Amino acid sequence: MIKVENLVKHYGDKYAVNNISFTVGEKQIVGLLGPNGAGKSTTMNILTGFLSASSGKVEIDGHDILDDTMAAKRSIGYLPEIPPVYPDMTVKEYLNFVYELKGCTLNRRKHIEEIVNVTKIADVYNRVIGNLSRGYKQRVGIAQALIGNPKVIILDEPTIGLDPKQIVEVRNLIRTLGHNHTVILSTHILSEVQAVCDRVVIINKGRIMADKPIDEISDAVVTRCRLEAAICGPVKEVLYAIRTLNGVTRCDSLKTDGDTTTYIIESEAGLDIRKPLFNLLSSRGWPLVGLNTMGMSLEDIFIALTVDPTKGKSAKAKFVK
Amino acid sequence: MTAIYKRELRAYFSTGLGYVFCAVFLGLTGFAFSMFTLQPAIGGSDMSLPVYYSIVIIALVVLLPILTMKSFAEERKSKTEQLLLTAPVSLTSMVCGKFFAALTVFAGCLAATCSYYTVIALYCEKPNFGVLYGYIIGIFCLGSAFIAIGIFVSALTQNQLSAAVGTMGVLIVMIGVGFLNSYIDSIFVRTVLSWISLYDRFERFCYGQFDFVALLYYISVCFAFIFLTVRVYEKRRWA
Repeated sequence: MIKVENLVKHYGDKYAVNNISFTVGEKQIVGLLGPNGAGKSTTMNILTGFLSASSGKVEIDGHDILDDTMAAKRSIGYLPEIPPVYPDMTVKEYLNFVYELKGCTLNRRKHIEEIVNVTKIADVYNRVIGNLSRGYKQRVGIAQALIGNPKVIILDEPTIGLDPKQIVEVRNLIRTLGHNHTVILSTHILSEVQAVCDRVVIINKGRIMADKPIDEISDAVVTRCRLEAAICGPVKEVLYAIRTLNGVTRCDSLKTDGDTTTYIIESEAGLDIRKPLFNLLSSRGWPLVGLNTMGMSLEDIFIALTVDPTKGKSAKAKFVK
Repeated sequence: MTAIYKRELRAYFSTGLGYVFCAVFLGLTGFAFSMFTLQPAIGGSDMSLPVYYSIVIIALVVLLPILTMKSFAEERKSKTEQLLLTAPVSLTSMVCGKFFAALTVFAGCLAATCSYYTVIALYCEKPNFGVLYGYIIGIFCLGSAFIAIGIFVSALTQNQLSAAVGTMGVLIVMIGVGFLNSYIDSIFVRTVLSWISLYDRFERFCYGQFDFVALLYYISVCFAFIFLTVRVYEKRRWA
């Protein structure tokens, strides 16, 4: 449905997007994840034809965005970072304007009513947009993107500025959209990607760091196993004993609560140290009162992928000096 | 194009700018007309259309930039242009929609000023209608060119005030160069200046003469600036 090939966008010698390629299949929800300034919005602006790429190719539903602009634009609904609403219009006027602007041929009344219900803006339908709250403006922006029933829906940070309840609603809405549309959304909130997307493309500094189905993303970076263990016993000795255990790469105490101390234990990849750990502790007479395996959260993955490891080290070294 | 035209026209009146423009324009021209045309006519002397129309032109130089200042500057500032530029609408029809919306407001006001003449026709001697038509067509052409220039300048900035002041500056220069002509000996420079001068060709209409070349000149000025506006957007896209 969407094909992006070797996309490059540079301003002078500064690269906003540097050689990005990905494809999105029909009825998929893909999340573009990255910190601020990673190139998410630029990528989206190029996909929608708002900006032109310095080089590379974008195809939407088989239409090249440069050669066959009108057809490509017709199959896209776009919600930019700031909802493109006119403050002097009412929601009704605005949606009718967008309907005409996109040259829709669907039944106007029915189509707009449907969208208003789906985005839950019926109660502000006759109000002036300038007087609406941020959350409502955002939803009017989403409604605008849905007009014309485009095959591809591109949402730039769709839940920004919404309250927690609205965020849940919008996420549900996006998931429902995914049944009939191809959706690309950008965000820097990791839980959002986990909650909504089928696939995630992680972008940093204009490059793709990872492009995986959401449940596989952990594999992209997991090199260690991590345990959280609560153990009763003298902290120094416990630490020493665990650190000398075969395969343990790191062990630190987190917090002490009475005679129980919580430790973080990391071991080499693919090595299960839970049994040796239990044997060790029981042989010393230190009761193990809790043990949790900690899967790497997307947060960890994100940091691991986006922080330059060499830079991280040098920063640490400086700090030690 | 019609969607943008309709929205733009409605915006002129929902934001109040259209009313302000109409009120000030009609107030000014009405005052000037009664002072310089109607009173002499009642007094039995010649009515002075040239003075009246130079005041109309001054009013347009000040007021039309205010009418066009927001057309693109505001869209750019509030980021609503992303909607227009990602919609399946060509840049040309986007610019034309805005141009014709401003033109409609202006033409409506100009049409309203025509009612002044009925007063003269009713109570004084028959005016020379040829000259009157000439003036009205001339002012309409001149105003269209002003609007095209205003829209172009508005596309260059996101600050409405600089768009308005910038347009006024451009208009004053383009009208002013016509008056420099008599001081210049070089025929080449004079030809170039007369091409820039928006006022030169207006004068031909004042003699009640329907000058097709002048009409064509104003139409091409409009086309040129609409084209330049499209180019500005094209270039921003590739920047």
